[in-house]
Amino acid sequence: MRRERAPLWIGVLAAIGAAFFILPLIGLVVRTPWGDALQSLTSADTLDALRLSLVASLSATAFALVLGVPLAWVYARVDFPGRSVVRALTTLPMVLPPVVGGIALLLAFGRRGLVGSMLASFGVSLPFTTAGVVMAETFVAMPFLVLTVEAGLRSMDRRYEDAARTLGAGRWTVFTRVTLPLIAPSVAAGAVLCWARALGEFGATITFAGNFPGVTQTMPLAVYLLLETNPQGSFVLSLILLLVSLVVLVGLRHRWLGSA
Amino acid sequence: MKKLVLAVFIVAACGTQPLGAGPTPVKVFAAASLTDAFKALGIDYGSRHPSTYPTFNFAGTPTLLTQLEQGAQADVFASADTANMDKLQSDGLSNGQPKVFAHNLLEIVVAPGNPKGIASLADLAKPGVIYISAGPTVPAGKYALQALAKAGVNPKPRSLETDVKSVISKIELGEADAGIVYATDVTAAGTKVQGVVIPDTDNVVATYPLVEVKGARNPYGAASFVGFVLSSEGQATLAKYGFQHA
Repeated sequence: MRRERAPLWIGVLAAIGAAFFILPLIGLVVRTPWGDALQSLTSADTLDALRLSLVASLSATAFALVLGVPLAWVYARVDFPGRSVVRALTTLPMVLPPVVGGIALLLAFGRRGLVGSMLASFGVSLPFTTAGVVMAETFVAMPFLVLTVEAGLRSMDRRYEDAARTLGAGRWTVFTRVTLPLIAPSVAAGAVLCWARALGEFGATITFAGNFPGVTQTMPLAVYLLLETNPQGSFVLSLILLLVSLVVLVGLRHRWLGSA
Repeated sequence: MKKLVLAVFIVAACGTQPLGAGPTPVKVFAAASLTDAFKALGIDYGSRHPSTYPTFNFAGTPTLLTQLEQGAQADVFASADTANMDKLQSDGLSNGQPKVFAHNLLEIVVAPGNPKGIASLADLAKPGVIYISAGPTVPAGKYALQALAKAGVNPKPRSLETDVKSVISKIELGEADAGIVYATDVTAAGTKVQGVVIPDTDNVVATYPLVEVKGARNPYGAASFVGFVLSSEGQATLAKYGFQHA
């Protein structure tokens, strides 16, 4: 790349833009009471929230993989009427305020919801359960996986699939033995992205699943509520979430940040 | 280009100053349980005081306190308990002595028709009843725990909501069967929910103090709003929404 000196105004605005992101992070690092960090980390409530967050976000990622990869395949390969509409609707949670997603989930899967009222007659109730947390997280995070995998499918070299098929492989064999290995990097990137989004989920979770320690109180909920009673503790939890996000970003740097 | 940038800055700078002598807002941070009563008070107050009008920030009392501690700009703070008011005072964020302006009682809230047949606090622990409460950091949650302790029962809540209004809405939506809220919340929700009275021996009286916030941008508005809430007209409006006289 050709080196260039930035014009004064562009340089100033760019510096303000960068500081806007970096200052809050510095604030968090500076204000975190490192001495108490370990103590806050090992308190029962924090460990509960951490454990629940890991279980729920990994489960959500697993569901997203099982349902999202096939969905992405259909979007990339099958031309059915209304595809763009369905595709838009299923990626809507990426831009929808998560609270709205939580309300929509309540109206569909709550005790009086469209599907929820049927589930209730079997004695299944999702709100206020860990399953409800997983659902809320899957709802919000799965589109990230679907779009990433779909992009991978669209950009892959389909001649490998054609070759396998001319050699007599069935469609399922082609998918599992040729397509999946070829798009593995996209699937992995999509899964990590989806997991990070699920881990950070707040609005849909507190709306649909409520808040109870050990059952539905995930890390972001604990951070928010701790701020009112034990701000130091919430700084420590925030820092943990920050580190996780940083690790994800570094892990995916080749995808987004190019050579930087 | 430079002229354009300059113009933008000038326009932006003007935005921070009130232009001319329009009415100035008085910013009131008030407990979630005051939502409906204070909105009505605000309309009455605005019609009496053309030079100012109230804007409200309703949330759980500890959320409001945190916002004030982190530097949120407010003129008046109305708390649903004395503990959070004491904290505001010890933080040096209050201007003058807080004044108690209302009391409130607790009630059990259930769906219309009381389908689970809940008659007492003890019924909240019945199997098959989904009981929810405001979190223990919110005054309503703290009072609920006190009432349950008085009644000698210990139902396990399925969710600890962030404020008392979200307890009501979960009951309205039918996601939970029962919760403990303020009597005024049941009144405000009208026919969408139903209240079950808690006997005086188990009930807890909630005390609501309010105070002018130190560094208020509109000290005149703050003082006059506090005065209006305490006036006989303000008290009558609060009584209409089910609050007890201060």
